[in-house]
Amino acid sequence: MPDIHDEDSYEPHPKPGVSRLDYAGEQGMAVEQETLVERDVVKREEARSLWGDAWRDLRRRPIFLISAVLILLLVVMAIFPWAFTDADPRKADLVNDYLKRPDWGDVFGVGWFGYDAQGRSIYARVVYGARASITVGIFVTAAVTVIGGLTGMVAGYFGGAVDAVISRITDIFFGIPLLLGALVLLNAFSTRTVWSVVIALGVLGWTQIARVMRGAVLTVKQADYVVAGRALGAGTGRLMFRHILPNAIAPVIVVATIALGGYIATEATLSFLGIAGRRGARRPRSEASLSEGSAS
Amino acid sequence: MAENILEVKDLVKHYPLTQGILFKKQVGAVKAVDGISFELKKGETLGIVGESGCGKSTLAKVLMNLERATSGQVLFKGEDISQLSGAALKAVRRNIQMVFQDPYTSLNPRMTVGDIIGEPFEIHPEVAPKGDRRKAVQDLLDVVGLNPEYINRYPHQFSGGQRQRIGIARGLALKPEIIICDEPVSALDVSVQAQVINLLEQLQGDFGLSYMFIAHDLSIVRHISDRVGVMYLGKMVEIGSDEEIYENATHPYTQALLSAVPVPDPTARESRDRIVLAGDIPSPANPPSGCRFRTRCWKAEDRCAEEIPLLAVPSVLEGPAAHESACHFPEVREQAAA
Repeated sequence: MPDIHDEDSYEPHPKPGVSRLDYAGEQGMAVEQETLVERDVVKREEARSLWGDAWRDLRRRPIFLISAVLILLLVVMAIFPWAFTDADPRKADLVNDYLKRPDWGDVFGVGWFGYDAQGRSIYARVVYGARASITVGIFVTAAVTVIGGLTGMVAGYFGGAVDAVISRITDIFFGIPLLLGALVLLNAFSTRTVWSVVIALGVLGWTQIARVMRGAVLTVKQADYVVAGRALGAGTGRLMFRHILPNAIAPVIVVATIALGGYIATEATLSFLGIAGRRGARRPRSEASLSEGSAS
Repeated sequence: MAENILEVKDLVKHYPLTQGILFKKQVGAVKAVDGISFELKKGETLGIVGESGCGKSTLAKVLMNLERATSGQVLFKGEDISQLSGAALKAVRRNIQMVFQDPYTSLNPRMTVGDIIGEPFEIHPEVAPKGDRRKAVQDLLDVVGLNPEYINRYPHQFSGGQRQRIGIARGLALKPEIIICDEPVSALDVSVQAQVINLLEQLQGDFGLSYMFIAHDLSIVRHISDRVGVMYLGKMVEIGSDEEIYENATHPYTQALLSAVPVPDPTARESRDRIVLAGDIPSPANPPSGCRFRTRCWKAEDRCAEEIPLLAVPSVLEGPAAHESACHFPEVREQAAA
C-alpha cells in the first residue's frame, strides 16, 4: 500500500534499529507481542489496578507519608480525645489563672497550653475541639459532593431545558453568601449541634461542585467511549455511572478537597460568633470559642 | 448475488440552524447527509470515501442510530430500524456494531480490558451466561490476536494497534452481522494499519461479517472493499465495484480524488496528469443548486446549475464504465487509475 499516511498517527517506534518497513506486514504483530512479553518478564503479571499504581507511586513520597501521618493523628484525636489528655475540657477552675504563662514543660499535661479566662485547660479544649472540626469538614464535603455531583451530572448529561432549570437554581444558591446564609439558617434551628452546621453548610455549599461537575460531564460525554457505550445499547444509568462519572470526578475531588479546609474555617467563624452549637450546647455561649484557642 | 442485509433509502440527516434565545426559530439546516441510497450485501465490504466534512461519519452515526435520521429509511433485513427506540433498538444493536476511528479515545481509560470487552455481555445478558463471560472475553482477545492474559490490564498499557484490536473485540462480542468501521485505521501508524486491515479481512472470512468501511484513504478502501461509494457534500456521487470506480471512474469528483493518490514511482509521477480542484468544499448549510460539485467542476455547464443529476447508470456508457454515477456528463478519463 503506497500512500497510507496520516499526520495524526502517533505510534512510538517499536524497537530502535528496526526500520518501519521491516516492522510492517505480517511480522509486525509478532514483534509487537514480543515487546510486551519481554516487559512481562520484568514485571510479573500482578493484576495492576489504577489504585495499585497510585499506591505504589505514593508510598515512596515523603510529603505524602508526612501528610498521611498528620491526618491520621487528627482523626484519631477526633475519635479518642481522652487518649490525648487527662483533663476535662469543661472543668473550670478559677484557681488556674489565665494570665499565667503556659507551662511549656508540662508536655501533654493539663496546663501545657495554659488556661482560659474561666480556668479551663486550653490543651484539653484543643484536643476535644478536633472532633467538631473534622466532623464538619468531612460531612459537609461529603454532602456537598453528593448533592453538587448529582445535580451537575444530571444538568450536564441531559442538557437543554433540564440544564437550564438546574443551572438557574444553582445560580440562586450561588448568590447566597456562605457565611451569611449559614448564620441565617442556623438561627432558624432551635437546637444547634454540629449536625445543624453540617446541614446548613451542605445546603449552601453544593453550587461550586455542581458547576465543576457539569463542566466535566459536558466534556466527557462527547468522548468516543461514551458513544461506543450508547452504540452497545447501554442505558442512561450505565453511561452516567460507569463511563462518565469515573472520568469526570477528578476536578470535583480537587475542588472538594480545597473546600474542606474552607468549611472547617467557616465552622470556626460561626463558632467564634457563638452561633455554631458545640458538643450539644443548646444556646449561643457568651464567650467566643476561637479566643479560647479551640482547634477550630 | 447475495441478499441485501442493509438497505438505505433516501436517507437524510439535517442539523437545524436556529436563531433567537428563548423562541428558537429555524433559519436553515446543515445538510450533512442529503438523500443517500445504497445497499450492503451479506458478506461484502462497502467502502465509503470522500473528503473531510462530506458526511461520511454522520452517515455512520445515523446508521448506528446514534443520531436520528431526519427522513428516509434504513432497512435491516427488510425492517426499518431508523425510527426504533427502547427495547427494539437495543435488540437491533446486537446486529450492527461499530469500530471507532481513534483507539485512544474510544476505550474508557478507567475500565480494564476485560470490563470493556465484557460490557456488551452485561448490557445483553442473553448473549453469554454469567459464568462464561470471562472465558468469552478471553476468546475474543485471542480472536483479535491479543494475549488472553491481558484481561486485567488497562487501555493505557497498550499500543495504538493493540487498542484498536480491543475496540474490534468489543464490536465482535455481540456476534453482529454488520460492522460499521468509521475510519478504523486512520489514527494508526502505517505498519499497524496493515495488521488491523488484515485482521478485519480475516474476521470477515471467519464470521461472515458485512462491513461498511468508511475512510478517506483510497488505497486502503480499494484493498478491503468489494464495492466503493464516493460521497461529496452529503450526496453519493458514484458507486460501483472497486474496478469500476478505480479504473473506470466516470464522475469528475472521483477522477479528481483518484488523481490525488500519491504514486510511489517518481517517473510515473512526472508523467501523470493531476486534477487540482479550485476552491474549497462549499458549506453544507447552503449547498450549490443543481449538481453540488458544479462549483469546482471543470465540465460544469448551465444545465448543472439547474438540474440535479441522479445517481443512475448512464445510458451512454458501456462495460465497466456503466455503473451508477451522478453526473450529467459522465465519461471515463484516461489515466484515472490509482
